[in-house]
Amino acid sequence: MSSAASRDGLLTGALRRVGAVAVFFVAVLAQCVPALARPRLIVHQVYNAGARSLIIIMLCGLFVGMVLGLQGFDLLQRFGSEDALGVAAALGLLKELGPVVTALLFAGRAGTALTSEIGLMRATDQLTAMQMMAVDPMQRIVAPRFIGGVIAMPLLVAIFNLVGLFGAQLVGVQMMDVDAGAFWSQMQGAVQLNDVQEGFIKSVVFGTACSLIAVHEGYHTEPTAAGVGLATTRTVVTSSVLTLLLDYILTAAFL
Amino acid sequence: MVVDVKGVHYAVGRREIFAGLDVVARRGRVTAIMGPSGTGKTTLLRLITGQTAPTSGEVLLWGQRVATLRQRDLYALRRRTGMLFQNGALLTDLDVFENVAFPVREHTDLTEPLIRELVLTKLHAVGLRGAARMMPSELSGGMARRVALARAVVLDPELLIYDEPFVGLDPISMGVIVRLIRQMNRVLGITSIVVSHDVHELAAIADDSYLLSQGRCVASGSPEELHRSESEVVRQFLDGVADGPVPFHFPAPDYRDQLLGVDRRAQRGRAA
Amino acid sequence: MRPNRALEIGTGLFVLLGFAALFFLTTQLPGSGVQVGGASGYAVTARFDNVGDLKTGSPVTLAGVRIGRVTGISFDPADFKAVVTLDIEKRYDKIPDDSDASIQTAGLLGGKYVGIGPGGSETYLHAGSTIEFTQSAIVLETLVNKFFANFASRGSAGAPEAKEEKQP
Repeated sequence: MSSAASRDGLLTGALRRVGAVAVFFVAVLAQCVPALARPRLIVHQVYNAGARSLIIIMLCGLFVGMVLGLQGFDLLQRFGSEDALGVAAALGLLKELGPVVTALLFAGRAGTALTSEIGLMRATDQLTAMQMMAVDPMQRIVAPRFIGGVIAMPLLVAIFNLVGLFGAQLVGVQMMDVDAGAFWSQMQGAVQLNDVQEGFIKSVVFGTACSLIAVHEGYHTEPTAAGVGLATTRTVVTSSVLTLLLDYILTAAFL
Repeated sequence: MVVDVKGVHYAVGRREIFAGLDVVARRGRVTAIMGPSGTGKTTLLRLITGQTAPTSGEVLLWGQRVATLRQRDLYALRRRTGMLFQNGALLTDLDVFENVAFPVREHTDLTEPLIRELVLTKLHAVGLRGAARMMPSELSGGMARRVALARAVVLDPELLIYDEPFVGLDPISMGVIVRLIRQMNRVLGITSIVVSHDVHELAAIADDSYLLSQGRCVASGSPEELHRSESEVVRQFLDGVADGPVPFHFPAPDYRDQLLGVDRRAQRGRAA
Repeated sequence: MRPNRALEIGTGLFVLLGFAALFFLTTQLPGSGVQVGGASGYAVTARFDNVGDLKTGSPVTLAGVRIGRVTGISFDPADFKAVVTLDIEKRYDKIPDDSDASIQTAGLLGGKYVGIGPGGSETYLHAGSTIEFTQSAIVLETLVNKFFANFASRGSAGAPEAKEEKQP
């Protein structure tokens, strides 16, 4: 694959990659239907992608929330509106930081794990062996991991947001003495169901994108030790860039 | 005839790997495919199992052209085929028992007690019943290959393909694998194809041998016939001579010219 | 794949936690959901013509010090006035019962809160009492409209002066 890719220029190379990912996406989607018939495999992957990322997500959510609380307070008090801190934190988390930061963390934690796992299977002939046992690895390996990632992401984002709100509240209300009632009541007054929805849709889209990139890079790993390392790096870079790009597009679409 | 490779040409890019190859594997026999490294022995296996398609010519498996089969039909053929990979290719996240049980769970609806019985029987046959709960990472190379063999035969295939089964094994493990291959063939009547360059081990088990070199079959017949052969290529391979029809030197410009810098000067001239 | 109990429990917990968070975000954040602190003092009511965007949970202050919060907003169908329930902390039990309540805005962008102006009575507010004197929220649009209306009428008709508008 790489020998063929090196023949192309930068532009055609990029184009080819986009095409390859798109074709792979369709292939994965086609295998998702039969894969759904085996929920146990998917449960396993929800665990791998979701439950195992939980600690890091909660930790980062807390810190992001606390920073929001601090920065938001500093900004808002200049206008004497520190009561609006709750709104600022909630909207910031729900619409932007929650989905984006979680997706970036997901790419780094679960995405790389997926890529290296599948890549190692490729490098050690496990995928070929499966094909020789008349088991389609797209259905047995790739599709459950993809579905697991897509399921796990919105849940992780929701948890991230909640912990983030707690962190913002911790700094704003407990440390900076913003009134708790104002913090929550203003938040509830200003946050619309649409805002929550926007964040949710973003998280589903990012989950799909990051999971797709991770399994794609893993499945097409050059079957060597160096290839696995390279694929893992590519997963992080591609997922991150794609997440931010999609974020812009989605934000623009929602406005 | 189980496998019939007829006039196969295969090229990767501009590099031609096979130029008109004919190989046949007969029912109930052990067919050895030998050849120096880099002659495309593994590629031949990929062609036989339908992982890749020949540029021209055809590969028949039980009389069906594998290159043009739809995935479902190809997978149906593969369920009658077992394959042993060079390093075993065990699934690393499953233990030995689950690895052997994998094809059974994927393809049948047997009850747990039946699966257990079947898997333990096969593990016993390769002498590793006691290792059922070990993980692949805890196994030696020889043990991993024996587990892989148990997995390959767990659904009682009609054809068993061995890709370099002897590579990197100590003499004892090698003896074990040789014995197992013979056993699978004689006792269970499984048609076998063994790809290897270990001449002596193959001589002990093969019914038919093919010697590939530089993209074509240079000799075939029983191991004895091969050993009696006068052909230069066969002699070089069997006796392990460093230089011969398979040259010691990789193709290169003339040594004296290159040392004297003729080569570089010539290149510069060409560039200008 | 054989069932793995610990793994499935872990996944179950994760999914449960995720859905709980999702549920909280969709149902509790928009609209009035969370009650911070809950009622802990005594409740008095005040009736306003207009509460603006006062919310339950908004603070109640006296001389700038928070003494309680708004726990309920409804309106009386008899006279269409807003009935606001204020929960005032127990330790502030010496608030004269002729005090007035007004709805004010915190900062330029801040939310509304209820400010209590102390009166001079010897009897104090207690649970269930009503604050009689109230001043409604200043709705910025109304104010601006009035200002421009005055300005326009003064400018075009040359009227000596626009009648001083009282806060309703």
